[in-house]
Formats: sequence, C-alpha cells, structure tokens
Amino acid sequence: MDWFLANLPFVLELSGHHLYQSVLPLVLGLLISVPLGYLAWRMPMVRGVILSASSVLYTIPSLALFVILPVILGTRILDPANLIVALTVYAVALLVRSVVDALESIDDGVRQAAVAMGYRPLRRFFAVDLPLAVPVLFAGLRVVSVSNISLASVGALIGIRNLGVLFTDGLLRHFLTEIVVGIVMTLVLALLMDFVLVGMEHLLTPWNRHRKAGRKQRTATSGPGNHGSGDSAGTARRPDAAETAVLHESL
Amino acid sequence: MTEAQSMAPLASPGNSPMVQFRNVSKSYASGQPAVHDLNLEIDRGAITVFVGPSGCGKTTSLRMINRMVEPTQGTVLVDGQDVSEQPAAALRRSMGYVLQSSGLLPHRSVLDNIATVPRLNGVPRRQARIRAEELLAVVGLSPALGKRYPAQLSGGQQQRVGVARALAADPPILLMDEPFSAVDPVVRAELQQELLRLQQELAKTIVFVTHDIDEATVIGDKVAVFATGGRLAQYAPPEELLRAPVDDFVAGFVGRDRGFRSLSFASARNLPLQPAVTATAGTLASAPAEGWLLITDDGGAPLGWLPPGQRTSAAVVTGGSLFTVGSSLRQALDAALSSPSGQGVAVDAAGKVAGLVDAGEVLQRLDAERRG
Repeated sequence: MDWFLANLPFVLELSGHHLYQSVLPLVLGLLISVPLGYLAWRMPMVRGVILSASSVLYTIPSLALFVILPVILGTRILDPANLIVALTVYAVALLVRSVVDALESIDDGVRQAAVAMGYRPLRRFFAVDLPLAVPVLFAGLRVVSVSNISLASVGALIGIRNLGVLFTDGLLRHFLTEIVVGIVMTLVLALLMDFVLVGMEHLLTPWNRHRKAGRKQRTATSGPGNHGSGDSAGTARRPDAAETAVLHESL
Repeated sequence: MTEAQSMAPLASPGNSPMVQFRNVSKSYASGQPAVHDLNLEIDRGAITVFVGPSGCGKTTSLRMINRMVEPTQGTVLVDGQDVSEQPAAALRRSMGYVLQSSGLLPHRSVLDNIATVPRLNGVPRRQARIRAEELLAVVGLSPALGKRYPAQLSGGQQQRVGVARALAADPPILLMDEPFSAVDPVVRAELQQELLRLQQELAKTIVFVTHDIDEATVIGDKVAVFATGGRLAQYAPPEELLRAPVDDFVAGFVGRDRGFRSLSFASARNLPLQPAVTATAGTLASAPAEGWLLITDDGGAPLGWLPPGQRTSAAVVTGGSLFTVGSSLRQALDAALSSPSGQGVAVDAAGKVAGLVDAGEVLQRLDAERRG
C-alpha cells in the first residue's frame, strides 16, 4: 500500500496509457466491424469468408503480431500504434461475429414492417437495424473490452508503457507488491469499462428496459399463482422452465 | 413526361379500379407457383379481402402491390400506373401497410411509430407528432399511450397503433396482411367493427388478407378466394360467395354452416316482434306466475329469464344472444336459438327490450323472401 501511494502518479499515468490503448482499439474495431458484419449479414456468399477470416485472425499469437506489425506498417518497434493496431485486429476478429449475431437477433416482422413503410436500405440500417442490434452488440463489446484490457499488458514486453510495465518490472526486481498493484489496477480498469458500457447500453435502449420490466412483472405474478394452485410440484415447475426459455431468448 | 402519362391518371374517372392484376404469376426457385395467372380488379374505396388456406399466394399477391414481391410475369397497376416503373420506397410510402402482430418498431414510442411515414417523407417532427396524436384518437386510443413503447401495450392496442401508423400519411390505399390474426377472438371482433366504422369515415381502398373466411365475409365488400397453387377460385361479394360457391373447393372452404352465415346478409327489417312480458326485481311479486318471464333492470335493459313457476330473483337464468332491431336475420335466429325460453330478446339501439322474436318467424320470413 505504501509503495502504491508513493508511486500513485506513476501508476495513474500507466493506467491512463493502458485505458487509451485498450479503448481506442475498441472504438476502431467497432467502426470496422459494423460495415463488415453488415456485409456478411446481407450477402451469404461473403459471409463464410468474413467469418472464417476473422476467426483465423484471432488465433495469431499476440506477441507475434506485435513483432510483425512494425514490419508491415513501417512503424518504429516501440510505437504504441503497433499495440493499437494489434488490439484493433483482435477486436474486429471478435466483433464481426457479434455484429452478425446482433443483426440476426432482430425480429423479421419488424424488418418487414420497415421495408413496407418505405425505408431505403441505408436509412433503415441506421434507424431500425442498428438501434435494435444494440443489446446483442453490447454483449460482444463487453467481452472485447475485457479482452483488450488484459491483452494490452503484453505490450509491455515490447517496451510500450502501460500497466504491463508493472508486471515486467516487478518480475525483474522480484517485487511482488508491484505485480499485485498491476493486477488490481487492470481489474479496476476492466470493471470500470464494463460499468461504462452497461451504462451506455442502458441509455441507448430505453425501450428494452420497459420490456424487461414487463417480463419481470409477469414472472413475479406467475410465481405465487403456481404455489397457490396446490398442483403437484411437477406441473408447478413447468411455467418456470418456460420463463427461463424466454429469458434466454432475450439474451 | 409522355403524353399518355399526363392524360391517363388525371382523366381517370372515380370508378376505375384502384389496383389491377394483369396475368400476374409468381414462381419461386423451387418451381412451385405461388401465384398463377392472376387477373383481378380492386374497386376504389371498397374493402377487398384475399382469403385462402396457407400457401395459396394471398400474401404474395398483396405484396406485389407495393413491390415487396416482384411478379415473375404480368403487371400490377395502381391507379393505372405500372408499379414496376415506380421507385419502390416512394411507392410503399404512398400506401399504408398493416402487418400481422402489428410490426411496430420496438425501439420507438407509440407516437414516433405512428409518425414514421410522414417523417420519412420529410415532415418536421413536431408536425408529425401532432398528427400522430390525432390518429391515436381516430383509432380509439387514449393520448396517454403515446409515450409508451409497443411492448407496454396489449395485442389489441398494438394492432390499433398499427392501423394508425398506416393511416398517418393519409394514403388512398391500405394493405392489411392478416392484421387481426394474432389477437383473441373477442378483440378481433372489436377490431373488425372498428375497421368498418373507420372505413365509413375514410373510404380508403383496402386490401385485406386473412385465412379466416368468417372475417372475410364480415369485413369484405368483395372477397377473392385463393386456392392452393396460387389460383384465384372465386371473386365475388360475400353473400354471393356463401349462396353460390363456384366449385367444390370454394364450397368446402366457405364451410359447412355457410347457410346459417349467409343469413348475416339478410336484413331483418320489419321482422314482426311479439310483445314481451317483463318485470324488474322490484315488480317480481306482482308478475304472472305462468310461463317464462323476462327480467329487466329499471332502465328496461334485459338481465335474464325466470323459468315458469319460479319467481325469485335467485332463479334468473342468463344467456342468450340479443337481437338488435333492424340488424340481420342471423342475429334474430341466433337470439331465438340461444335463448333459454326459446324466444329471442329483441332490443332497440339504446339496449332496451323492444319485444321477443320467434325462430319460426325468422324461417317464415326467409321462406317468403325466397318466393317473392
């Protein structure tokens, strides 16, 4: 704790770098994945190619990618841009599938209605498809946000300044406290980002809140009814299973 | 603009068909025809119902009107113009569309849902919302519902919002694709009556798809029965469909009790009524003890029947449908058949007892109409 307090400015500076290095790729990854995912969703021909390519991308070892990128991009080996590009690649690899799943989660009747009312495809995408894709899309974003924050630490191995420095430095000096601080701060960042993403989703989907509330109400009212009916346990259980199925669908 | 274009629509008289199918066929890659050589003219300002079993091409035909589906052969004309020559999005905005289970956008409030097409047409948000509020009232919904999201409404309310949304840009044509099939029978009957009431005020050209022949005969000015394979089997007013089905398929589809249902179209105007002996809870003591006794409330509205010999209010038998004076022979006969006493209760427009109706009387009336 003493070490942490004494080095607070240093730790905070590293945390700031770390946050920047993981959030920027998340945003870039999203911007790249949405059009790619849209293409994959609209054109079944391209779909297989895009989805398998993104899976392959994710299997590239991170360290290898950090080393190869300067050669491809022509950047200096210590440039944080290498890390940002690498993390963006991973973000895209994961998010493309999320975008496709999210677009597929939209009720076909709603889409038909939008077409029938005279939306042109581009406007429909931004006004109808994308807003309705938010819940599933954000589930993907949350996974990528955590994965980015943990992967970013690896950048320290190639000399990039972020919380990973606390791991490399602590290992070299056999100084456990520093490593623990690194772990805790990484966790704090991950939780913070998750909190921010949940909050954003909440703000973007006021319509979904009401829907969830309605569902909870229904579950609550069906509960006592089952107990009061005096039926055997077997029949009383069945509606619960149905409710669970409904909840799964909404996820 | 060519000469033909500039002349045709302006000069077209009010009674020319609004929608025409000319030798229209649609087949999918599987080879099975969805619609086979359809020729049909849809009257202006009337409700035309497409009815048939599933897979008969009725929805496909409907969707060819607004180019949600393109025909493989033939042409569809709206107001004399080939739809395939018009930009699809603009064509769709010029028609209202109501879907099964409403198809409301779940992420938009009720008002914003209704305002969708005007907004697409570039109407400012405020103006579109004001219009949307008016429409809420038109379809019989409270303005308080405007701020809710679709998931917070009942099925029937959602359907009403769906209708309001279709009316928002005041299109001359409404396409309705099984709009009431997802709600329960009571709400469905209510929505059907509401649609008929709206239609009296608005006089739109409505094309309505359903698989329910009862709904078709209640709603339609004309009914097109589609058979499997996308063939148009019969196109006629509902009473003709029930009276004279053109082949075995239509007869089978129209159903076994079509004779009874066709009474819906026979007017019961001037049907003779028997005087009713009635009593209220207060006058029970002085009522005659013989025969069935009709009990009413103090305002004269029927409450139920007392069996012969029983004169306590605990013995009241309820049940039996009511016959509104001047409505159809079907209602009159049903009231008589369903009444515990064997005599149907006739009520006036205000719901007060007007007299009693006899099943035999209805049949005699029917007989007399057939003879002359």
